[in-house]
Amino acid sequence: MARLNVNPTRMELKKLKARLSTAVRGHKLLKDKSDEMIRRFTVILRETKVLREEVESELSDVLKQFSIARSITPSFEAETAFSMPSVAVQAECETESVMGVDVPKVELVRTKRAEGLPYAYSEITSEADYSVQKASELLPKMVALAQSEKTVRMLAEEIERNKRRVNALEYVMIPQLEETIKYIKDKLDENERAAVVRLMKVKSKA
Amino acid sequence: MTGKMAIVGNGDEIMVFKAAGLATFPAEDEKKARETLRKIAKEYQVIFLTEDLAKPLTEFLKRFDEEPYPVVVSIPSGNSEGYGIEVLKMAMERALGVDILFHND
Repeated sequence: MARLNVNPTRMELKKLKARLSTAVRGHKLLKDKSDEMIRRFTVILRETKVLREEVESELSDVLKQFSIARSITPSFEAETAFSMPSVAVQAECETESVMGVDVPKVELVRTKRAEGLPYAYSEITSEADYSVQKASELLPKMVALAQSEKTVRMLAEEIERNKRRVNALEYVMIPQLEETIKYIKDKLDENERAAVVRLMKVKSKA
Repeated sequence: MTGKMAIVGNGDEIMVFKAAGLATFPAEDEKKARETLRKIAKEYQVIFLTEDLAKPLTEFLKRFDEEPYPVVVSIPSGNSEGYGIEVLKMAMERALGVDILFHND
């Protein structure tokens, strides 16, 4: 490991020692942060996986029903029936902090425009009713999935970044500082010994 | 803050969500989807994207990971091909380096 390019003086030694202690403390803190982030990450990851599987299976059910409905309804009629939704959905968006990472927190807000389904029952088959209703019911879950998947992705990024910082401190910064400190110490000791020897020589001549 | 929700997808699948109250943006291929996403990313906070479009745009979607919003999430189109699980897997590998959930390979 290369040592830093500094003058071997007592002044530098003092400075480097202070830097080393900061680096060690920072390393410990970051490592703790990393551990806790990973713990949270695994919890959220598990939740997300369950949610993802649920949403996928329910959604494919919805889509299957819907494609049946589409296939027995003329496309023009279907289009007019579905393009006037009776509900409007909005998302209440906040941010939440998970270990210093700002992650989204979304909640579904539904505002009803009219009661019931957005079309007359005579227009469309019952599969369509079912799929539209099911899709509406599924929305909160999908929003929850969106939120936790995003959290997982953001946390993964942050964990990676943090890991890099920890490694930089552990394997580069700290060894470098330690080596430089050792070098300066050696150099100062050497100077001292040289001074002592010189004095002894002078004394023995006299 | 109240945000808006949208779905980007191709053709039939998105119509059912239109009836459920989402804003819909049809996109038949990945190029169109990319353009649409760019356009609506500022305006919509939650964007669903069908799997067949999300898959080729994996790299592009990474840019949304920096900020909390917009939230872009893939949903299966027709039959699920497991892209959603794939995304989780990638995140897990990045963060942990080990497989703790999906022991099937």
